[in-house]
Amino acid sequence: MYQVNYHRASSVEEAAKLASQGDARLLSGGMTLIPAMKTRLAAPSDVVDIARIEALKGVKVSGNTVTIGAATTHHDVAGNAELKSAVPAVADLASHIGDPHVRHRGTIGGSVANNDPAADYPAALLALGATVVTNRREISADDFFMGLFETALEDGEIVTSIRFEKPEKAAYQKFPNPASRYAMTGVFVAKSKDGVRVAVTGAGDNGVFRASEIEAALTKDFSAAAVEGVSVSADGLMSDIHASAEYRANLVKVMAKRAVAKAG
Amino acid sequence: MSNVSLVLNGRSVSAEVEDRTLLVHFIRENQGLTGTHVGCDTSQCGACVVHVDGKAVKSCSMLAVQASGSEVVTIEGLSDGADLHPVQAAFREHHGLQCGFCTPGMIMAATDMIRRHPEGLDEKTVRAELEGNICRCTGYHNIVKAILAASEAMAKGGKGAAKAA
Ligand SMILES: Cc1cc2nc3c(=O)[nH]c(=O)nc-3n(C[C@H](O)[C@H](O)[C@H](O)COP(=O)(O)OP(=O)(O)OC[C@H]3O[C@@H](n4cnc5c(N)ncnc54)[C@H](O)[C@@H]3O)c2cc1C
Ligand code: FES
Ligand code: FES
Repeated sequence: MYQVNYHRASSVEEAAKLASQGDARLLSGGMTLIPAMKTRLAAPSDVVDIARIEALKGVKVSGNTVTIGAATTHHDVAGNAELKSAVPAVADLASHIGDPHVRHRGTIGGSVANNDPAADYPAALLALGATVVTNRREISADDFFMGLFETALEDGEIVTSIRFEKPEKAAYQKFPNPASRYAMTGVFVAKSKDGVRVAVTGAGDNGVFRASEIEAALTKDFSAAAVEGVSVSADGLMSDIHASAEYRANLVKVMAKRAVAKAG
Repeated sequence: MSNVSLVLNGRSVSAEVEDRTLLVHFIRENQGLTGTHVGCDTSQCGACVVHVDGKAVKSCSMLAVQASGSEVVTIEGLSDGADLHPVQAAFREHHGLQCGFCTPGMIMAATDMIRRHPEGLDEKTVRAELEGNICRCTGYHNIVKAILAASEAMAKGGKGAAKAA
């Protein structure tokens, strides 16, 4: 790892100020950034630790609205009793990220800001029509995820929380890469009064996307059988050492069926 | 350089280190506690697992200065003098190690796992929870056996049960 200057912020305002210097990067759980710095894929001049800012932590369920602070760890999302009863699909998703040690450090804000094409949370946010709240504005998930590791975030902009409405039904199913546990294909299905949204991660060659044919089929008939009739094209899907685009196209369908069955 | 002050196995320690110093290097090189291992250095293997503020983390994927102000427990902090911690005793009893390289991380992961599952553990849960710990020797079978046995022994209020809490 190259030399770096560490700063610990005690508030979002302080973090924003510190992050505006040099080539600074925010440091949340560090489960992506530290490994990237070790391999020199990332070489920030400064890192600004936001993991201890209390205002960025915790899960709040009030009425039908769920708000999760950006620095809330995967472990704390997975174990939150209120969330487990309001939107169990999100707690369940968090409980399958990486391994227990990664979940003790990694955070929802870091995962969303990083927008790894195989990360789990982006699928949940897109399917739930979530809002990404930053220190400057609110961005809908539809506008937030912009491709491989690309988001709508501007330089120095800090994700402060994620907000979404409780759906009628939702579930997430992933086919995890057996080595890393990242999604080789993951599908999040959410049914609300506005319709059905289906988001796919791990499969698209431009990151997370909505599967509109599956959405259309499920809007008519919310059942696994309805997904069976849909043909998922391999166009625009990823091919790599783990799986071909055709294999992933099939996984999209299988994971969607399982998610619908799980959502009940 | 930054000052890193933390409680390491119950003892307050403080040192000036480069900001880029990883927690595992602080523990091994600065503090001379070499029980915590570096297996992969790519955040996969779990040989470096320690507890920070009561939670298992990969110390190769965290800066020492991130842990400043925290309580850190390493494999050296588990036993009570010559008395092994129940998880250590179970690993010995059930042959949960061969070369022993992964063992400190396995044991730190196991004590954390048992603490998070006061209701008890089954084989499926133990195997799923060992996702972040790789062993090249044992085939995991005896590790799983040792963890299940330790969890039961500790639930019965065996010695050291309170320590892992
Ligand atoms: C072994 C291993 C297995 C994993 N498996 C999975 C998996 O199965 N599924 C999965 O989804 N992920 C997986 N991950 C990634 C993990 O979930 C990370 O925790 C997550 O992607 C990044 O979150 P973090 O808090 O660690 O962010 P960091 O590493 O601290 O930061 C990541 C990036 O986001 C930026 N950032 C952080 N917080 C904010 C913020 N609030 N506002 C703006 N920018 C911010 C940082 O500057 C940095 O560029 C795995 C990681 C490891 C090491
Ligand atoms: S050395 Fe830390 S996970 Fe392998
Ligand atoms: S005992 Fe050798 S790596 Fe586990």
